[in-house]
Amino acid sequence: MSTPVFVGLDIGSSRTKVAVIGADRQVLGHAVRKSGTDFSATAAACLDESLEMAGTRRDGIAHAVSTGYGRANVGFVTAESKTEIGCLSRWGRDRFHEAVTIIDIGGQDNKVIKLDGDGRRASFKMNRKCAAGTGAFLEEMSLRLDIPLEAMDALARQSLEMVKLGSYCTVFSATEVLENIRHGKKVPDIVKGLFYSVVKRVLEMDSHAGRVVMTGGVVAHNPYIVEMAGEMVGQPVILPEYPQLAGAIGASLYALDETDPVGIRNNIPAGETNG
Amino acid sequence: MAEEKKATRKKIHAADLMNKIMADYFYGLNEAATTGKRKVAWCTSVGPAELLQALGFAVHFPENHAAMLGATRTSTDLIPAANAIGYSPDICSYLTADIGAYLKGFTPLAKAYPGIQSVPKPDVLVYNTNQCRDVQDWMAWYSRKLGVPSIGVTSPKNVDEVTDAHIDDVTRQIEALIPTLEGIAGVKLDMDRLREAASLARECTELWKQVLETAIASPSPITFFDETIHMAPAVVLRGTQQAIDYYKVLLAELEQRIRDGVGAVDGESSRIYWEGMPVWGRLRQHSELFANLKSTVLASTYCSSWIFPSFDWNDPIRSMAKAYLELFIVRSDRYKEKYIKGMIEKFRIDGIIYHDAKTCPYNSNSRYGLPGRVEADTGIPSLVISGDLNDLRLISDEQTKTNIEAFIEQIAEGR
Repeated sequence: MSTPVFVGLDIGSSRTKVAVIGADRQVLGHAVRKSGTDFSATAAACLDESLEMAGTRRDGIAHAVSTGYGRANVGFVTAESKTEIGCLSRWGRDRFHEAVTIIDIGGQDNKVIKLDGDGRRASFKMNRKCAAGTGAFLEEMSLRLDIPLEAMDALARQSLEMVKLGSYCTVFSATEVLENIRHGKKVPDIVKGLFYSVVKRVLEMDSHAGRVVMTGGVVAHNPYIVEMAGEMVGQPVILPEYPQLAGAIGASLYALDETDPVGIRNNIPAGETNG
Repeated sequence: MAEEKKATRKKIHAADLMNKIMADYFYGLNEAATTGKRKVAWCTSVGPAELLQALGFAVHFPENHAAMLGATRTSTDLIPAANAIGYSPDICSYLTADIGAYLKGFTPLAKAYPGIQSVPKPDVLVYNTNQCRDVQDWMAWYSRKLGVPSIGVTSPKNVDEVTDAHIDDVTRQIEALIPTLEGIAGVKLDMDRLREAASLARECTELWKQVLETAIASPSPITFFDETIHMAPAVVLRGTQQAIDYYKVLLAELEQRIRDGVGAVDGESSRIYWEGMPVWGRLRQHSELFANLKSTVLASTYCSSWIFPSFDWNDPIRSMAKAYLELFIVRSDRYKEKYIKGMIEKFRIDGIIYHDAKTCPYNSNSRYGLPGRVEADTGIPSLVISGDLNDLRLISDEQTKTNIEAFIEQIAEGR
């Protein structure tokens, strides 16, 4: 049998992320896919992809922990699940040895988590029900503007005169965007305004203690948002390695914490080895 | 698939008796309204019910009816009818659900109590704005619709210490109601009957307090979710002997649970305080969510709002005024902070959940920084959940679940 690995599966509303770590807590493999409509199949595909990257197979898994909205839908996981807030905190505790504020921008929700100097979760906040400041907001705007999501970061950096958007509401923001288009505003200026709106919303959610770290898919693909956040909080904001995988890595750290290796290796239905 | 754990809710056997008492109450109201044998008054939950009882009125509480609409999850279908006639979706969803029910000719009483076809038609509407201004508007709508008088008490707000001046004011307002109510009732107020009603109300609320304080025990024999159901007699029947008799039975059962070491939640590992309204349409769901997390929500401001130690046989009207003014919702933030800190200590609370009810700002104490101040002073963590008492369109179940799970996880890891 190969060296045991520890797996974290983060089945989010938008993307499924899997991280594989070794006993030394280093990331050996990872994968990200759209969650789609079959969470279990997507998780299985992500798992196999990340295990392959780690140079191992399912029988090498010592333990696995799931998290995210679909955490109960991982058919082959019999281990416990944890909340994404718990996993992000676990990740932060492992990576930072000082008080930090983790700001995670996900597909449909934002989280602000404050860890004290001992790595304990001091408090957390999630956004209210609306989508302002989330990945869903940027996805909606990219559709409205007919701009690929992956092109937004570069476009925002080209802005010379940012357009400011005032509304909390995604739908009203879309109206504002259309109004700015009618008035001849340049697309880069509008996109920067959208980024600014996202940053403003998440920074307004809570006060910040210690250094600020940003995680999640939105900042992974749009690092300019992190730079803007740094300007707004008056100190450089940390963009960690694997920002989109922070929750999955946290889950894998929980898996490593477990002493009883009951994980998933004996519970893999035959049909679920391929996504 | 990882199976969801299921917690079973432990039945409180006294509930059967309560159901009978409540059935008698609703049938009594129905008889009063349909036969005309007794006049019917509608009263807000902490309005001058004792006065109405002393004058012989059968008393209906629209807030109780609205909570039933919420608990039966019918309110969300009814609220739009009130919205359509101009009552905003942002105002009290008790009001909009109840008015919506009237507009649609619906009541859950008809299903629960065969033979009852509608809420009892009122002869008079009586309010006390100690809850909010919405109750006055609520009664005003029925007053216009049904052509019956709406009278009441306008209470001061943000009261820090209840002073003689406050009590004098409300006493005079209650006294001013008497001639009108006597005219409608067709009888003069018998002060001995009022003394008796005030005395019975005090005994009822003292027993209710003892019921709530059984939750001091570890494990707690009762949860907040049970309490929201079992407080019904304290709300609608305070001032009557039935409520007193009921709480003696309930108290005995809970004390037996304590002696037997039986907790409402198996394996209680954290003790939670609930601040704000319940989400009526999610009582079962929330109860099971916490039970699955081995967490007991065991004390609340809401259920403690029917404790009136000031009712005094010797001075019934003035003591009613004092009791209504001492209500938590009427008080200043300074008082509220002190009160909540006292409850944390008394019930040995591990965490507080504030329900920010979209349509009930008066019962949402999470909007002016109070949670942060209490947390800073006590070190007890808190969580604010967004929701509503009756309008289920304002609730995200998944976000609520994630927040609560993460909060209980945080409490567990903080130990």
